[in-house]
Amino acid sequence: MTGTTADTQWKFNARYVVLPTENVDTDQIIPARFLTTTDRTGLGPSAFNDWRYLADGSPNPDFVLNRPESQGAEVLVAGHNFGCGSSREHAVWALAGAGFRAVVSSTFADIFRGNALGNGLLPIQVSPEVLAKLMSLHTPTSTVKVDLEASTLTLPDGETVSFPVPPFSKYCLLNGTDEMGFLLGTSDDAAKYEAAHRSSFSTLAAGAA
Amino acid sequence: MSAPKTLFEKLWERHLVRPQTESTPAVLYIDLQLVHEVTSAQAFTELRNRGLKVRAPQRTIATMDHSTPTTPGGFKAMPVLDQSAQSRKAQLDQLAKNCEEFGIPLLALGDKRQGIVHVIGPELGLTQPGMTVVCGDSHTSTHGAFGALAFGIGTSQVAHVLASQCLLQTRPKTLEVRVDGTLRAGVSAKDVILAVCTRLGVGGATGHVIEYTGSVIRALSMEERMTVCNMSIEAGARAGMIAPDETTFEYLKGRPHAPKGAEWDAAVADWQTLRTDEGATYDQTIVIDGSALEPWITYGTNPGMGMSINQPVPDPDSLGDRSERDSAVKALKYMGLTAGKKLAGTPVDVVFFGSCTNARISDLRDAAQVLRGRHVAPNVRVLVVPGSQQVKRQAEAEGLDVIFKEAGAEWREAGCSMCIAMNGDQLRPGQLAVSTSNRNFEGRQGSGGRTLLASPLTAAAAAVTGVITDPRTLLEVAV
Repeated sequence: MTGTTADTQWKFNARYVVLPTENVDTDQIIPARFLTTTDRTGLGPSAFNDWRYLADGSPNPDFVLNRPESQGAEVLVAGHNFGCGSSREHAVWALAGAGFRAVVSSTFADIFRGNALGNGLLPIQVSPEVLAKLMSLHTPTSTVKVDLEASTLTLPDGETVSFPVPPFSKYCLLNGTDEMGFLLGTSDDAAKYEAAHRSSFSTLAAGAA
Repeated sequence: MSAPKTLFEKLWERHLVRPQTESTPAVLYIDLQLVHEVTSAQAFTELRNRGLKVRAPQRTIATMDHSTPTTPGGFKAMPVLDQSAQSRKAQLDQLAKNCEEFGIPLLALGDKRQGIVHVIGPELGLTQPGMTVVCGDSHTSTHGAFGALAFGIGTSQVAHVLASQCLLQTRPKTLEVRVDGTLRAGVSAKDVILAVCTRLGVGGATGHVIEYTGSVIRALSMEERMTVCNMSIEAGARAGMIAPDETTFEYLKGRPHAPKGAEWDAAVADWQTLRTDEGATYDQTIVIDGSALEPWITYGTNPGMGMSINQPVPDPDSLGDRSERDSAVKALKYMGLTAGKKLAGTPVDVVFFGSCTNARISDLRDAAQVLRGRHVAPNVRVLVVPGSQQVKRQAEAEGLDVIFKEAGAEWREAGCSMCIAMNGDQLRPGQLAVSTSNRNFEGRQGSGGRTLLASPLTAAAAAVTGVITDPRTLLEVAV
């Protein structure tokens, strides 16, 4: 059924983990005390730290990510309003560092969604009904198929649903380009804008205070 | 004649470098970016890796706030720096290096203007009506109190703004939150926004920019308006804003970076046009009766789980769908609270006055009003952390520090402190805190710590009684 063509970065089959919690905030995804890093890498082991580890540092056997069947799963399926709270991009870096390539939920917080798209962690928004079905269909070996170009998610029972991706984000991901390049390309327009709009505030650099 | 527009639409259109198309988001010009140590290092690294400069250093200002020590003397007074302190100090040193290399003004530790980004922007007059303001911090919505479009961004976007002074944005929807009536004595701006978060829920405003309107909002001071806009993100909103008026202009006039002389007059004339036109429509409107509001407090593990202080904790079984009930059960278990029981009378371990929500001078005056002549209850730890060095000096000039110290509270240096618990100021596992900050997420104020969000008045009432208390009982006003 699936797997007849080789997986690519943006079209792949993967096992999934179900975290049925709603309103997972970015403080849970990566607690603030890990934000003293000046790198984007190395946060994977601390993802969901306070749910994932007991006070003595050992893995919490009750937390879903620690179950044997969760190892190697590349898609996280979670309750609605995933990624709310703090703007910390570290949350996305931590999830990617923990091996996730996509998160499926019925809604995502705005800043998290943008951060995720910018880092190639796909925020896959599905209806509450599809989310509930995906959770109920879960077995240790069941897989979903993600296809960014088609913007579809195929459930373990073969049902395929589409998910929204901003066209520009899709273009950037599929073509390996990024927003920075596009923004630098608008530099002339920014210069025209600056010439037409004089700043009303005296700046620190100009030396008030 | 042009069609009537909302305040948001006016701000959006003013900043379009390129309009949104079917295939690309809008390119929005950013007037001011605020930078701090925690979410900027990787952005500067990206600039360095790509060989880019900061396009407009004069539209960028950095400070140190999230992980700074609030103990007297800071790092220098610490006999030994543990591993955590060493990594915090390294991150602060990295910010200083980055600002030096890229020519960005830095209000570092020790500077008389240092403080929480969302406190110092307004107090220096950098935040002005009509601007776009961004920062790698979700509480950037605070600056919307001035009639600015202000929102939090991720670190990759921090790099975008540093390099291009622009951001790619898709146009959000608009939500009017109208608060009618008049607030009763003992009910404050914090109670208003906590009630708004309860009404909307923690994700209820996702995809929207909120404009706060109504007689209650008009009557608020600038500091109170900042408290309201600050927590817009706690309902999921992209931003929150309030149209500028005489209260705004009065606050700004004479501040170090506000326009002067003829420029001031021209600016005010322009700012007066920044309001929603008669006949303009929002995508959605909610109305709250401000006259009916009581002091508000949270009981759960997100800011949308709140109630009036004299209500019993809601029974999860009374809530909508199963997943909502499961969330409430999980939250009450974490908080150690019982459904159906009133919070009033519950003993507390810690009271925290601070954060970009409630650490301005008017907040400290509210706290002092209750603490004056009283003493902190036995076994309660009370921290008072001013939002900026300037707030600290003002409080000391008014003698508020003496009131706090005589009452048995700790008077600290400016910073984010126990709101985010990165700097060593934190709850111990199991401790219950009443906090004037903005988030009650699990472990937010320290692993295993439990947070109840409330106004400075309510926090002060808990500090002196040692239990959750309606502040009006201490203020001798009608309950």
